[in-house]
Amino acid sequence: MAVESFEKSVDRALADAQLRKNFAFAMGNFILKRRAVFSDAEETERLRALGNAIKQRALSRLPDLLEQLEAACTRNGIRVHWAETTAVANRIVLEVIESHAAGRVVKGKSMVSEEMHLNAFLGAHGIEAIETDLGEFIIQLAGETPSHIIVPAIHKNKAQIAKIFHDKVPGAPYTEEVAELNAIARRTLRRKFYEAGIGLSGVNFAVAETGTLCLVENEGNGRMCTTVPPVHIAVMGLEKVVEKLADLPPLLRLLTGSATGQLVTTYVNLITSPRRAGEKDGPTEVHLVILDNGRSRIYQDPELRQTLQCVRCGTCLNHCPVYTRIGGHAYGFVYPGPIGKILTPQVEGLEKAGGLAFASSLCGACEEVCPVKIPITSLLRRLRDESYSREPQGTVPGRGCRQNLTERLAWGGWAFLNTHPRLNRMVTALLGMAGDYLPPAGPLERWMRYRTEPQFAGKGLHRRAKEEGIADE
Amino acid sequence: MSETARDRILARLRGAPRQEAPSPDVPAPAAAAPDRAARVARLKSLMETVRAEVHVLPAAEWIARLKEVLGARAIKTLLYAPGTDLGSAVAAAWQPDAAGLPELVAYAEPVESFKERLFGVEAALTTAAGAVADTGALILRPTGAEPRLMSLVPPVHIAVLRADTVYPSLEDAMREGRWAEGMPSNLLLISGPSKTADIELILAFGVHGPKELIVLIVE
Amino acid sequence: MTPETSKPSRVYFFGTCLIDAVYPDAGLAAIRLIEREGVRVVLPAGQSCCGQPAYNSGFPAEARAVARRQLQAFPEEIPVVVPSGSCAGMMKHHYPALFAGDPDLSSAQAFSGRVFEWSEFMVRVLGARYEDRGGPLRVTWHSSCHALREMRVIEHSKHLLRQLQNVELVELPGERECCGFGGTFSVKHPAISGAMVNDKVDDIQRTGAARVIAGDCGCLMNITGAADRRGLPFAGQHLAEFIWERIHGG
Repeated sequence: MAVESFEKSVDRALADAQLRKNFAFAMGNFILKRRAVFSDAEETERLRALGNAIKQRALSRLPDLLEQLEAACTRNGIRVHWAETTAVANRIVLEVIESHAAGRVVKGKSMVSEEMHLNAFLGAHGIEAIETDLGEFIIQLAGETPSHIIVPAIHKNKAQIAKIFHDKVPGAPYTEEVAELNAIARRTLRRKFYEAGIGLSGVNFAVAETGTLCLVENEGNGRMCTTVPPVHIAVMGLEKVVEKLADLPPLLRLLTGSATGQLVTTYVNLITSPRRAGEKDGPTEVHLVILDNGRSRIYQDPELRQTLQCVRCGTCLNHCPVYTRIGGHAYGFVYPGPIGKILTPQVEGLEKAGGLAFASSLCGACEEVCPVKIPITSLLRRLRDESYSREPQGTVPGRGCRQNLTERLAWGGWAFLNTHPRLNRMVTALLGMAGDYLPPAGPLERWMRYRTEPQFAGKGLHRRAKEEGIADE
Repeated sequence: MSETARDRILARLRGAPRQEAPSPDVPAPAAAAPDRAARVARLKSLMETVRAEVHVLPAAEWIARLKEVLGARAIKTLLYAPGTDLGSAVAAAWQPDAAGLPELVAYAEPVESFKERLFGVEAALTTAAGAVADTGALILRPTGAEPRLMSLVPPVHIAVLRADTVYPSLEDAMREGRWAEGMPSNLLLISGPSKTADIELILAFGVHGPKELIVLIVE
Repeated sequence: MTPETSKPSRVYFFGTCLIDAVYPDAGLAAIRLIEREGVRVVLPAGQSCCGQPAYNSGFPAEARAVARRQLQAFPEEIPVVVPSGSCAGMMKHHYPALFAGDPDLSSAQAFSGRVFEWSEFMVRVLGARYEDRGGPLRVTWHSSCHALREMRVIEHSKHLLRQLQNVELVELPGERECCGFGGTFSVKHPAISGAMVNDKVDDIQRTGAARVIAGDCGCLMNITGAADRRGLPFAGQHLAEFIWERIHGG
């Protein structure tokens, strides 16, 4: 995505007063909820350090754990598929669906399936993908994509949702009562759960030790999708594997507390096998699709690899002053917010998405709350370095794509000035005299769109200090 | 032998620079295990915060309470699991005279032939294999006798829990239950009735899972 | 608070390029307040910028060249006091990473160990105490991101502010939220930065404070520039300059 497009979508978002109000309200709420559930600072830091250690341990053994996961799942009767690209993953899902001559699939919320653009792909092949998470259901009706990792329809308020339901759900009255909107969704989707031949879900954590898929949710739609239909397809990014069952409790506390401010979700669903002999329900066929899509390449760089620690809690979004003001759609890619800014350039390449890494003031609010302590500001800085790097190609696609003579000269000049103190003092004195007359062009023009110009001092600090007898060595 | 996607992915991962061994996990500070009464109280309190209805009662009273709970809601059909101790006890309690009581519906056949009935019953009764006090959740272990959908499909879910199976934490439950040695096909934590806050973060109960969760904690 | 580290007889002062060019009074006030505690201050002529602008913009080599120059300008093993959480954070927390694999690494690490943010130095090392001779004034405090999250010195800054008996310190809603400066971010993404600073200005205006006090001149330049643009009446001031004014009855 070219910088202009991002700027345009940012301008549009900033001008949308309703959007800004919706997001400011929701993110403010999330911040308070998180603070309430993680009220003991010392314990919270201990837990975050533990989350970081568990994820780093898993990543350090990633290929072995993936093999172990596959072996355990296979033993349990879960069929494991590997997909290097989203195109392959989509084909695998399609083949499973077509092998059962099914015309529709009910879906639990899955960001990986968004990454795959699965719904559009299935639609193009005549298969209806029905979103069942309430937020996803709303945006599917509206023909939109999610604007947040956890609450996909957060950019919409009650009135907007009421209109969508009234316009798009057959027979639905216009109502802004949340309980009634809820009831409409429940009624509509209950039939779909009942009839569906295929259910699709994501995976929050995949336990290598036991071959168990761990899914968390509050609504019950996830359990409906993974338990009612005779076939369940689970899709996961390869970084979701953890080593042992005992790793789950702290990760669940961190994920749940960070995502929604809860101690525990309504349901924690641990799936280890399809229906066993003598059992009466549960899918008779379970598939797990392990998706790469650039993750193994991210893995090549020990520093950038930390991107893969992400548990998709969304709390970095909630605390980000940029996300709060522009909302999720303005980013233009599947994953918004700080995690989107470090992940997307690495997956899509710096030419297409590297600009995202610059759309941050590096305030560090995200890093302060990340449950697995991803050093987000360091990774943003690293991606900025990659954009301008003059080294030969590295692991991030598009290294050096932003190199240009103007900036090189500008920073070279800046460095020269700042390594030659006497010259520096002269320039400072010049600014003091003529700073007010600088033409409002380039950076100064952009500064002055929202501010008056800086007032350069007639005499700089060094000169004043010298005059007042402060020693300079 | 042709190289598969799996081979290529694993080869790329194995070709990456070795990461330093991460520092050992810092375990939780050893907390004094709260006594049983404290655990039960915490479980009840947390579950009630998310709108579960929790009763703590002596063993002799649970059947009567169950009948009250059902009567209060005018429940007409109750799904139960005949192959379980709980199910047998309920069937016995409905003898000799089930007047004024809901019809007992047995989940006795595969869902393929039972689905319409399943989606039509008003309530279901299951055991809870245990519970976790620190976060407030029941542990359910569906089996052939007590299938998964009992605790999901009917709008009212009633769970019976023995007070001596309330663990302080999920770590404790996993360790004492030796879960890693053999997981059931499906294991669940359930902390309350289904809910969502997807619309303006306004909490609404009773989405796709049960609208009500009633827990009978039996001492 | 009792001083945690023994009082040195001399310290270096890192002026920061912003204070040098735009806010020299803040720098002078900070120096005078150190001297007032009986410590001599040296302002080496060879210093310039901490290097952060290039470091954050994808030009680490240029940043390192400038950082190296700072290492050379402050050779003695005495504290380096910095009137900015942002520059102090750069020097204390990022110089070691910037010099990874470089022959000057151990020199950078030693240097980083001597860096103090100004309010931290005044409280932890000098135990400074102040008597407020000014008239009643309502102010509010903005926590700059690096002072808050990297240097963790906000409590020291507020400890100094709270000593001023005639100053009413009103809490700023969203105190910990970024003002939108972010160095080059403010000119690379002017619209987002503008939205952030305008929200900050609205928050300050609503407190009714006559002045916003901060420990970072980048934030101040950003906030006061936006307030002036909108014709809003409140002023902004660096903590050191504010204290200097108050103890002299201003």
